[in-house]
Amino acid sequence: MKIVVCAKYALDVAELKISSGKPVLEGARRKVSDIDKNAVEAAISIKEKYGGIIKVLCFGPISAKEGLKELLAMGADEAYLIEDPSEGMLDTAATVEALALAIQKMDGFDLILCGEATIDGYTSQVGPRLAERLKVPQITYVRSIKIDGNNVIAERDLEDVYQTVKVPMPLLITVTREINTPRIPNLMAILKASKKPITIWKIEDLGLSKDKLEQISSLHTLSLEGFTVERKRIIIKDKPVDEAVQELISYLLKEKVLGV
Amino acid sequence: MGLEGNYKGIMVYSEDIDTLFELISKSRELANQIQTDVSAILLGDRIEIIPNELAAYGVDKVYMVENPQLKGLIAEACAESISIIINRVKPEALFIGATKRGKELAPKIAEKLKTGCVSECVSLDIDKAKRDFIMKRIIFGGKVVSTHTIVKRPIIATIPPRIFEKKRIEGRAAQVIKIDLEIPSSKFEILEVKNKVVSGKKIEEASIVICGGRGLKQKEDFKLLDELANVLKGQVGCTRPIAADRGWFTEWIGLSGKKIKPNLYITVGISGAIQHVAGVRGAKVIVSINKDPEAPIFSESDYGIVGDLYKVIPALIEHLKKIK
Ligand SMILES: Cc1cc2nc3c(=O)[nH]c(=O)nc-3n(C[C@H](O)[C@H](O)[C@H](O)COP(=O)(O)OP(=O)(O)OC[C@H]3O[C@@H](n4cnc5c(N)ncnc54)[C@H](O)[C@@H]3O)c2cc1C
Repeated sequence: MKIVVCAKYALDVAELKISSGKPVLEGARRKVSDIDKNAVEAAISIKEKYGGIIKVLCFGPISAKEGLKELLAMGADEAYLIEDPSEGMLDTAATVEALALAIQKMDGFDLILCGEATIDGYTSQVGPRLAERLKVPQITYVRSIKIDGNNVIAERDLEDVYQTVKVPMPLLITVTREINTPRIPNLMAILKASKKPITIWKIEDLGLSKDKLEQISSLHTLSLEGFTVERKRIIIKDKPVDEAVQELISYLLKEKVLGV
Repeated sequence: MGLEGNYKGIMVYSEDIDTLFELISKSRELANQIQTDVSAILLGDRIEIIPNELAAYGVDKVYMVENPQLKGLIAEACAESISIIINRVKPEALFIGATKRGKELAPKIAEKLKTGCVSECVSLDIDKAKRDFIMKRIIFGGKVVSTHTIVKRPIIATIPPRIFEKKRIEGRAAQVIKIDLEIPSSKFEILEVKNKVVSGKKIEEASIVICGGRGLKQKEDFKLLDELANVLKGQVGCTRPIAADRGWFTEWIGLSGKKIKPNLYITVGISGAIQHVAGVRGAKVIVSINKDPEAPIFSESDYGIVGDLYKVIPALIEHLKKIK
């Protein structure tokens, strides 16, 4: 089984600072997007059962090597990094173009796994776009995967229903957080992973150029504004429960939110 | 493609009928600003919606595709149908309801048409002079609002349910255009569909919401929250791990779940992860009960009690009963 997992080295949004109403992007901390780790873990459990090779692929800054090392330590076999020349300013169409060309440079695939969305942009676009670009079927929002001969049987989590589907490979799957708990690699695994290969491609290696990608990327960002909601932060502590509760109720009566 | 092309009009699609009405109403308002028309797409193996129902919200044309390949509304077949219609009609904008089905469909269509797509817009405007669509969305775990435009046509945007209001307009009729399409048969086979058990009232519509997190040790403990909800005439919700991992609920509140704006939001045993808080940014007053004084939820709250929920909630119920 040949499995490709697409992983983003995303902004660590929990750490992101807002200063004078703007996000501080320079030097902001990054990490592998959480749900992409679920995708890697899903790939590992498929490999454990059916054998195969797992390649992780990232379009991102050169610092993404750190993230890829972590995915290799989890159990991926090879890592590929396409260096983003734009500092994250390209849209999903351009990202997908780079990912698709990189995948076409590899020796085929049975399965491509992505997270349902990334923690920072949260567009949910890369999976479906990539499936369309590579002309393979997609199964989105997957919370369990079984392989049955040449078919994938997957359970999808939609708003109102769980849907079980059967689709022949090759295909693309986007996974949810619930599919598994990504392992945390131990020291041995980390040491072993340092010998695994990380291939770095420039976009020119894929026959692309910065101009070409900018042309594909039609979504322009006009502004980024910090979205802050000031809360009153009146916290009642070290008081007997009855007293605390009465105090709270009197605040809420003043706010007129109790419907009385 | 480019802006100079003859792309005109706004087109909408959602398999969710209420969202479709909302998108039509909003599109009508935008279309009036630039004197253009609004069209809607209906897809299915058997379509039960009466196209004139859509006219009541301001649609001018309804494109209808009835085809056995559209059974189950598989993304591939829907994307194929919508792309063909777009290539014929050439609208300048396509708005799709940001349900999960819509969110997997829109990027596929965008990729087929080689255009841009904005996911989950929370505001939509037109720059009349440039005839440009200005779209806002919330990113970075709810910390940032980004504003976008798309320089190709059609622009594609997905819009979550209940962002815009549906507004009926009397005395309108729509032209119905039935389209026959060749849709290639799909390799995607639906084996089983299990309905989720949905709780009566929609949580998005409640003005008071009580939300439980992992601080509640067992399913039965949510009865405490039900009781509090009864007294306050509110609704009970939960965080993602409670619904998705433990399966005690079918939906959760937050970035990847329901986004709500109640007047009063009470969190019980919730730590306040950014992805959770992102779903309640619009709440008027947030109250939190957590035993950990350092829990991040307190800095996202207007009022809080540091204490054991198993003591605080019963006391709160008792005292509220006195004033209700
Ligand atoms: C991409 C992504 C998307 C996500 N989307 C969502 C989303 O939409 N919605 C969502 O909710 N989560 C989401 N999450 C998960 C989120 O990051 C948190 O893991 C989750 O919200 C934590 O849930 P919790 O607060 O219930 O549990 P915990 O973080 O475990 O918090 C439990 C809290 O209960 C308190 N507590 C324990 N016992 C008591 C007691 N007896 N009395 C009072 N307090 C007590 C503890 O002090 C603690 O603060 C997402 C995560 C990712 C990565």
